[in-house]
Amino acid sequence: MDDFPLLSVTIFTPLAGALAIFLFVRGPEDLVARNAKWGALWVSLFTFGFSLLIWLNFKNETADFQYAERQEWMPSFNITYHVGVDGISMFFVLLSTLLTPICILASWDAIKTRVKEYMIAFLVLETMMVGMFCALDFIVFYIFFEAVLIPMFLIIGVWGGNRRVYAAFKFFLYTLLGSVLMLLALIAMYVQTGTTDIPTIMQHHFRYEVQLWMWLALFASFAVKVPMWPVHTWLPDAHVEAPTAGSVILAGVLLKMGAYGFLRFSLPMLPEASAFFTPMIYTLSIVAVIYTSLVALVQEDMKKLIAYSSVAHMGFVTVGIFAANQQAVEGALLQMLSHGFVSGALFLCVGVVYDRIHSREISRYGGLVERMPRYALIFMVFMLASVGLPGTSGFVGEFLILVGAFQANTWVALLIGTGMVLGAAYMLYMYRRVVFEKMTKEDLKSIVDLSPREIIQFAPLIILVFWMGIYPSSFIEPMSASVANLIENYNTALAAADGGHALAAR
Amino acid sequence: MEAAAVFLPLLGAFVAGFFGSVIRDRGAELVTCAFMVISALISYYLFYDVALGAAPRTVPLLDWVVSGDLSFAWSLKVDTLTAVMLLVVTTVSAVVHLYSIGYMHHDKSIPRFFAYLSLFTFFMLMLVTAENLVQLFFGWEGVGLCSYLLIGFWYDKPSANAAAIKAFLVNRVGDVGFALGIFGVYVLFGTVSFDEIFAAAPGMANATLVFLGVEYHALTVLCLLLFIGAMGKSAQLGLHTWLPDAMEGPTPVSALIHAATMVTAGVFMVCRLSPLFELSETALMVVTVVGASTAFFAATVGLTQNDIKRVIAYSTCSQLGYMFFAVGVSAYSAAMFHLMTHAFFKALLFLGSGSVIHAMSDEQDMRKMGGLYKLIPFTYALMWIGSLALAGIGIPGTSIGFAGFFSKDAIIESSFAAHTGVGTYAFWMGIAAAFMTAFYSWRLLFMTFHGKPRCDEKTLAHIHESPKIMLLPLVLLAAGSIFAGVAGYSVFVGDGMDAFWGDSIKVLSTHTALVDSHYVPIWVKVLPLAMGVSGIALAYWMYIVNTNLPKALADAFRPLYLFSYNKWYFDELFNAIFVKPAFYLGRGLWKSGDGALIDGVGPDGVAALTKRWAQRASNLQSGYLYHYAFAMLIGIVGLVTWHLFTAAG
Repeated sequence: MDDFPLLSVTIFTPLAGALAIFLFVRGPEDLVARNAKWGALWVSLFTFGFSLLIWLNFKNETADFQYAERQEWMPSFNITYHVGVDGISMFFVLLSTLLTPICILASWDAIKTRVKEYMIAFLVLETMMVGMFCALDFIVFYIFFEAVLIPMFLIIGVWGGNRRVYAAFKFFLYTLLGSVLMLLALIAMYVQTGTTDIPTIMQHHFRYEVQLWMWLALFASFAVKVPMWPVHTWLPDAHVEAPTAGSVILAGVLLKMGAYGFLRFSLPMLPEASAFFTPMIYTLSIVAVIYTSLVALVQEDMKKLIAYSSVAHMGFVTVGIFAANQQAVEGALLQMLSHGFVSGALFLCVGVVYDRIHSREISRYGGLVERMPRYALIFMVFMLASVGLPGTSGFVGEFLILVGAFQANTWVALLIGTGMVLGAAYMLYMYRRVVFEKMTKEDLKSIVDLSPREIIQFAPLIILVFWMGIYPSSFIEPMSASVANLIENYNTALAAADGGHALAAR
Repeated sequence: MEAAAVFLPLLGAFVAGFFGSVIRDRGAELVTCAFMVISALISYYLFYDVALGAAPRTVPLLDWVVSGDLSFAWSLKVDTLTAVMLLVVTTVSAVVHLYSIGYMHHDKSIPRFFAYLSLFTFFMLMLVTAENLVQLFFGWEGVGLCSYLLIGFWYDKPSANAAAIKAFLVNRVGDVGFALGIFGVYVLFGTVSFDEIFAAAPGMANATLVFLGVEYHALTVLCLLLFIGAMGKSAQLGLHTWLPDAMEGPTPVSALIHAATMVTAGVFMVCRLSPLFELSETALMVVTVVGASTAFFAATVGLTQNDIKRVIAYSTCSQLGYMFFAVGVSAYSAAMFHLMTHAFFKALLFLGSGSVIHAMSDEQDMRKMGGLYKLIPFTYALMWIGSLALAGIGIPGTSIGFAGFFSKDAIIESSFAAHTGVGTYAFWMGIAAAFMTAFYSWRLLFMTFHGKPRCDEKTLAHIHESPKIMLLPLVLLAAGSIFAGVAGYSVFVGDGMDAFWGDSIKVLSTHTALVDSHYVPIWVKVLPLAMGVSGIALAYWMYIVNTNLPKALADAFRPLYLFSYNKWYFDELFNAIFVKPAFYLGRGLWKSGDGALIDGVGPDGVAALTKRWAQRASNLQSGYLYHYAFAMLIGIVGLVTWHLFTAAG
């Protein structure tokens, strides 16, 4: 078992599946569509199965990278194909492999054109996402990190709504601009250390002034991905124009890449710079929470509202990461996972009614509970999870982040605490206008409740919401060794730097 | 055993909620009511075993969160304080379940209603059995959720939806304070478990905590933060605005949630945390002042309301104020005593008014009632009992009196016996409120049941006494309203007090208000009663003898009347300073912040740089508030960042 390259298999199964679909699915159009759908579903389910093995055989007590694989790739540049997971990255692999089959199910009837190409794009996307979370060599990381953009760009640009081209380019330009700076930082690291191996670079100490510049370059890339205020405006447009499944992946996984970058690069490699910039992160996060919550309150488009709420929730995450204590970082990780399936599910909820009425306008709905009680219930579960009601996944992450933030800075805890009120305000207000009140629109009176396929796509997410809300230990235990290690190294580095400064001052 | 009492209602909610279409209305009623009654019976046993037998215990269930040094578990703690709450919650809940069978008879979604009721009870039981602050918070927000669901039960009514959201949001404001309090407790004590906190509390009496950049007496800050949560849930002055609106929900809900159980959670919380509050004189003072002011304020508003349920809602708000100022003078057990008796007679009043509303074909405006006593005599009699208990009628110096007589007088006497400035303030506020309480209660009785019928013919012909399934619960509550005071006096606040409460309530030996309250001058004992009787007499004079007087008075003192009738303009004020600006800012930040500024100078701007810049410059001086607000925000961000950097470095 130890020799079995489980990670590589998980990473490349979807790609192989995509290739197979590309080569072998031929024939009349409807047959191609059906085979492509079933093929993609099975491939993604197998991938999910592999990723479950990663969790089941994961050793909770160590902070080391597990399932590590290492192959020479470009020996003359000292670049290797190096993958592995630790407690920080492992669950993101699972999140990606879980959401992909759900997305394929969600696209079952919604996508009518170029089905084969669509399914191929999703499977390629899955490989890129999983690869990015597993990468332990930053060239490998960079390739996957950037390559994620291509299928996503296509999914928005080809299968998106009316303004899809504008949105796709905005998305692409924003994220690419940041990436260029990240590449500069990575090259700088390579020049200084002579290696591209992430665990090795984590041991290296960069000079303080160098750290600051590297940190800013990385920040430019990660902040766009998170997205942090004020570089968040690509997100609402991208979400609105993306097909439902595209939104799910975008909110569920792609938004986590930035925060993951902070945890994998900024904090461990550039601790002093991270500590220096922490006040700025706090400020931007607080603005994000309050500003985007207020903006969400007045949205007329359901997808835009959820998109803005994502920015607010990610504001909590960035606070958690930079508060840099055990509770805050674990809370940030849980909040990311929770946001992954809750906001994903909320986009699915929008997709359900969009498929029926073809509108995302909140005012277009009202009184859905009359005809769709099951939908109303499921929508409410996710809405409450998003609001952070205790007993749901949203609470645990938010609570731990706030506990951590309170220890770091009480002002920060108080100000992002207002998100608890504002978040409830925009969510309940939207839910009321969509699901409650009198049903007055004629065409809603014949709307049908969830189909079995739709219930199946929600079921795993509902289970996760309550599982993580009631017994989060299953998720915290695998994380804690890695998080503790991260924080210990961070504090040691800061203490050493302080000692250094003190010495220099003397 | 403990777990069964708590989880049976959840099971009932589950069955009724998910299999409602299979087992039909009748099945859902049977399942939830049966489980609720069993849960109540178990609670009685627990009360007997734990409270009377002095055998507190904690039953662990499951780990919840373990993160670094922070860990808390799911568990059920049952001590005397919890046992009293179990008794109150399960009794009232069972009674309300039964009553609802009759009251909701015509409704189209009966299983949903019963599922919500049972779910609420589950959360409430989790709240009172919590062994740590976070589980308390779980129950706390859970009951808030159910309150939201039940207020908005008739979801096609816009007013009900608005009230439901308002209730949730106002409570959330309090909950932010509560949550910050929990974080502070963790930072100070390194734990959130009650037993560990209480054990360590005396050692922290002089500890300090830096909050928002200032160093404060730690326990004062923590207690005040936690108290903000209690204010939200228990509708205290400032955070009370949701409670009257919550009357949009079905009447059994008002009785269960917004009178007897959920709104008292704040009082329970402060009593539970008595070992912390005892160590902060400042916090106790604040609690006293807020409670006393609320008792007075809500009573003044109750004087002029015309909606039968709103009168009782303000009365609830006022009575909760009594409980809080009792807590503030360290008379925790008096507060708990009043909490219990209040649960009985206020639930009785609500369900009785529900019976009236039911008879009047869903009319709630007292101006359209009148003359009902001949038509629904049974309800009339029960409303009298409830009102007598609420007004605290009894004979001082004897053990003859309605339930409220014992508990309310214990509170008023304690506040007198505290001999502190705030105690005296509370005493006089309480006396004034007692007068007004009697007045508005009898105003309600006279307007509803006496005089000429003011409803239309059709309604009048339809008036009927409620079915037995609704009257039986009322009788049970009436019995509680009559006897709970006599029965509970000795153990709650009398001689048996110390043995009964054990360690569940902690009072410093220097805080002797409750003990001293037995030795107050005779005029202090008689005054509340005199106030009550004169309130009744005045109501009789104004609404039976000289019925033109109320209108003449309202005209003569129009500003005062309007101030009371419009509830001191709290809603208008909050609307103007919170709700409207939030929407205005939101729209402004979206259109001009995201749209014009960020996108304008960012991605879109790059495309047409020069042309746009000129336009942008002129747009800056647009005269719109939100444009300036946004520019200001940018400035603030810059400043704060700079400030934090210099502070850090």
